[in-house]
Amino acid sequence: MNIAKLRILVVDDFSTMRKIIKSMLRKIGVKSIDDAEDGKIALNLINIHTYDLIILDWNMPNMSGIDLLKSIKKDQKPKYTPVLMVTSEATEPQIITAVQAGASNYIVKPFTEATLTKKLCAILNIGNNI
Amino acid sequence: MDTYDLNIAMPFIQATKHVLSTMAQISPTPGTPFIKKGTAATGDISAVVGLTGTKNGSIALSFSKKCAINILKNMIGDDIEDVVKDAMDTVGELTNMISGQARAQLSQIGLNLTASTPTIIVGDHHRIEHMTTCTIIAIPFSTSHGNFSVEFSFEGCHSSKV
Repeated sequence: MNIAKLRILVVDDFSTMRKIIKSMLRKIGVKSIDDAEDGKIALNLINIHTYDLIILDWNMPNMSGIDLLKSIKKDQKPKYTPVLMVTSEATEPQIITAVQAGASNYIVKPFTEATLTKKLCAILNIGNNI
Repeated sequence: MDTYDLNIAMPFIQATKHVLSTMAQISPTPGTPFIKKGTAATGDISAVVGLTGTKNGSIALSFSKKCAINILKNMIGDDIEDVVKDAMDTVGELTNMISGQARAQLSQIGLNLTASTPTIIVGDHHRIEHMTTCTIIAIPFSTSHGNFSVEFSFEGCHSSKV
């Protein structure tokens, strides 16, 4: 898989976190990154575009990340799109809930660029040498 | 302040140090926790998160403007669009992360808490209203970029009985 050809959606209600994640993705060579500040905007983008990966926060107003995740997994089109939860929710039951809802992997905030790269490579089956 | 309150304060101290060192490459130095009187914020930009679960309560962070802007710069570099708006957003996200880390540690001592999304408050002489009328415990932090504080209040805090 060519990392430069990936299209990734970043969903987080805080612009600071969206900027941090987008900056980390650009550093590893991802060129096509969309972002959304809530679940409803994200759903609109998911209906329009096909993503290779969705990076999703949990705690968001209007529609929580876990509700968005469930919605994605019910829909035929994005059903198989891998979802990486990047969230402050750090307890074991919450991680289990996310995995049961269909999350491919999970990162607890705060995190480093190395952690994000490692998880992204694992989900997308890319060699961890980028 | 009794041992129980200090046991609750420790996860907040550890979470704050961990979050700021990982996301902003800043090592804050904690001062001595104290019982805060009144609702006046100690900083210029604050964020409050409501907590429900084993106990109801809230956690708040309050930053001097200078400190918040320097942390923002460390976190996103040149990608600043509106310095005040972005600093407010950063304080909200830091509060979210510190709340999450502290709650994970508190769950290990039997306090299972769910958090709301942060409410961000800005301006001179603003107030921080906690969810309960219980004692407010504040922890001051200093950094080379300015100061901030973390405060929390839970129903049934032992100090409230003093």
